[in-house]
Amino acid sequence: MKHEHFLDVNELSVEFQTRNGIVKALEKVSIHVDKGEVLGIVGESGSGKSVTAYTIIGLLDRAGLVTNGKTAFDGMLLSGAKEALLSDLRGREISMIFQNPRAALNPIRSVGKQIEDVLLRHVQASRYNVRKKAIDMLDQVKIVDSKRRYWSYPFELSGGMCQRVMIAIALACNPRLLIADEPTTGLDVTTQKATMDLIQELTRNRNMSVILITHDLGMASAYCDRLVVMQKGKIVESAPVVKIFSEPQHSYTKKLIAASPGPKSQLADLIDTTDEMSEADIEQLDKPMQQFSQKKSATPNILEVSNLVKEFTVRDSSRFRLPWSGKISSHQTFRAVDDISFSLKRGESLGLVGESGCGKSTTSSILTRLLDPTSGDVIFDGENITSYSSVQFAQIPQRAKIQMVFQDPTDSLNPRYTAKDTISEPLKQLLFIKKREALNERVIKLAKMVGLPENLLTRFPHQLSGGQKARVGIARAIAVEPLLLILDEPTSALDVSVQAVVLQLLNKLKRDLGMSYIFVSHDLNVVRLLCERVMVMNRGKIVETGMADDVLRNPQKDYTRNLVSSIPHFEPGKKVA
Amino acid sequence: MLQAVPSIFGVIVISFVLTRALPGDPAVYFAGAMADKESIEQVRQALGLDRSWVEQFFIYVGNLAQGDWGQSLKTGQPVTEELLKRLPASLELTFIGLGLAVLAAVPLGILAATNPGSWVDHICRLLVTAGVSLPTFFTGLFLIYIFYYLLGWSPSPLGRLNILYLSPSHVTGFYIIDSLIAGDLEIFLGALAQLILPTITLGLFALAPIARMTRGAMLGALSSDYVRTARANGLSKSMILLTYAFRNASLPVLTTLGMVFSFLLGANVLVEKVFSWPGIGSFAIEALIASDYAAVQGFVLSMALLFITVNLTIDVILAITDPRVGLEE
Repeated sequence: MKHEHFLDVNELSVEFQTRNGIVKALEKVSIHVDKGEVLGIVGESGSGKSVTAYTIIGLLDRAGLVTNGKTAFDGMLLSGAKEALLSDLRGREISMIFQNPRAALNPIRSVGKQIEDVLLRHVQASRYNVRKKAIDMLDQVKIVDSKRRYWSYPFELSGGMCQRVMIAIALACNPRLLIADEPTTGLDVTTQKATMDLIQELTRNRNMSVILITHDLGMASAYCDRLVVMQKGKIVESAPVVKIFSEPQHSYTKKLIAASPGPKSQLADLIDTTDEMSEADIEQLDKPMQQFSQKKSATPNILEVSNLVKEFTVRDSSRFRLPWSGKISSHQTFRAVDDISFSLKRGESLGLVGESGCGKSTTSSILTRLLDPTSGDVIFDGENITSYSSVQFAQIPQRAKIQMVFQDPTDSLNPRYTAKDTISEPLKQLLFIKKREALNERVIKLAKMVGLPENLLTRFPHQLSGGQKARVGIARAIAVEPLLLILDEPTSALDVSVQAVVLQLLNKLKRDLGMSYIFVSHDLNVVRLLCERVMVMNRGKIVETGMADDVLRNPQKDYTRNLVSSIPHFEPGKKVA
Repeated sequence: MLQAVPSIFGVIVISFVLTRALPGDPAVYFAGAMADKESIEQVRQALGLDRSWVEQFFIYVGNLAQGDWGQSLKTGQPVTEELLKRLPASLELTFIGLGLAVLAAVPLGILAATNPGSWVDHICRLLVTAGVSLPTFFTGLFLIYIFYYLLGWSPSPLGRLNILYLSPSHVTGFYIIDSLIAGDLEIFLGALAQLILPTITLGLFALAPIARMTRGAMLGALSSDYVRTARANGLSKSMILLTYAFRNASLPVLTTLGMVFSFLLGANVLVEKVFSWPGIGSFAIEALIASDYAAVQGFVLSMALLFITVNLTIDVILAITDPRVGLEE
């Protein structure tokens, strides 16, 4: 090595042995990190960014094989080093934090003990002062009431707190390099910001080097000094943050930047029209589609919700401390939806935004009548559908008129159903189409509408990509020609470029079919692209409502302002550090 | 504890109905081969079998409430006394068999999970297949044939103790414990020698599900995110294996253990027959053949009670190991 970097990964290649032969996960990947530097590795799923990290600290699973390249850390050769050495280094010199922090902590060991395990292993504390040190670490990651939290189990903590504990474990032994693998995926934007700020603060104070692995370009730009863009196991571009955004060189980088929705981007900007899956595909929709367009109806509003309340009984009062006022009753109740009213015009789309636990999912479940409200009315297409119980509702014709697209395209498809089975199910159940030819014809038409190639219809969910699965889910929902489509975070599990395509598809379908949308999401930028109006919820109440652009540009309430400012994005003028 | 009440009541009802539904008439059986119609009728009245089922049931439940499980028609002894006399023999067999199985299966499962595809894994698979596919009476007879008949290493498979010895004075009813209390090493060894073959037979049977479950649970735990975290923090191998992986994997294994115990209670009946073990199982078979209602009901009830107790104990252990369990209640 001519000139030494703190961490130097040189032409690393990794292969995985799978049943279908050898898969090249990494091809000649070279990265380096200097002392105190924050390197971002950006890429979509399957690009090899996590494999790179695992290879560096020697956690590659058995099927993985390093076929080429060297890794050196502070002059020490890591590739080919003995497991004993690596195990000494891990946690003490190089630490790692993971996504999904609740699963990444031992579920049946108190968090304090888990911090102690690391301290004792690397002889950073003795039996006598280890508890004090562990509690001290909890304080450092700003966990309130650290002495009591020492005894908490992961299931008793929120996702954000679990991630703080993970950080405490990772930093307990003062390592010199921290690898953060999608540390905030699955956390709310405000929690994400708090977590990332904490990581930034702690690592800066210790002059640590950080490798931040993320799919979120906005976040990478806000917290990194330098970015490496990966695609299919190769590095396609490596440059300082500002340069990547101002003059991206590689077409993939350009595509990624374009596909990441920012505060100013328009739906049409997200993908080039030359892209494989785009307008051209969706444009194929044939004329008979127009038959779906709505009949004229007396009511201008498709949906009117008034004074909707949903209360849940809280079993264990000690775990949900709520500001409790009012009469004493034996059952404590928790208002998930607290007296909300709104209306939705025909053909309009409304964004429902808020953090987890704000009641947006409960609201959408009540609208689709999967849940019974405690009180309040939902007038759908001129009829009060709350007068039916959720069981009765399943049997009346209106059932078909409200459909839902679910969050996780994988989990919401029956793994034993082919795409065709999935799409034809509502046709059979709700429209009573039994004839094979008629079914086939409808399914093929629907597949065309959502841009799903016909030859994929016989595939099972695991044989489809994330974007294709999302299309199947959308086709299933629009199969019965609903008037109202409720989209529950339909793109949150998708890569940005796929998200862009799906959002465009949804927009196109809305225009062609005249459906109304309720788009539930935590991502204000995405909501703004698809919805005219947006409604911000917090703790079961509507905090703010208005035109999407107005709310995003000029939020009136503190809560909304906080939400908007937490979204990390690249701003050319403002450079962190 | 309260959850057990409905299950106990259910067992009482079902055992009552089932014994009545069995073919065979106890009155005919006890009146003897030479009895005429009249004497059969007399016996029937004496046994209270001429009354309706409902009436019989309430009498039965009323007696149970007073702690009276009825009398065995065959031996003329109270059922409780008969069962208590035999229960320790069966329990000694079951517990030691289960203990052996756990001692062998858990390490085997762990080793198999940590080295998938290795020779340990193959041995594990072989033993599991053997344990599942070989019925207990076959393994029992096979072991007797080899170790008693061919090699002559083990004592004759007739009961808990060679007839030359006197049974140790009754304290717990478990011979190996009682003999130690009495300080009689010779009887202890004698009782132990008698125990070896039947407990191995039972153990082989119980080993399969436990080893399988341990292997599966360990594989799951080892590929979990929290073990990855533990490795990323450089924790030592034993720490990862025992504190992180095994403690989590032990939860499903414990649940399986409760199930295996109930299988063993069933398997016991055959093993006791093969080894002429004077346990509760052989008693039940005889009672069943004789349509000895009180005895059969007593057997089913005591097994159910035992099963419920074991499962309650396991639930308590689970609640202690897994902090999440307490949430449900």
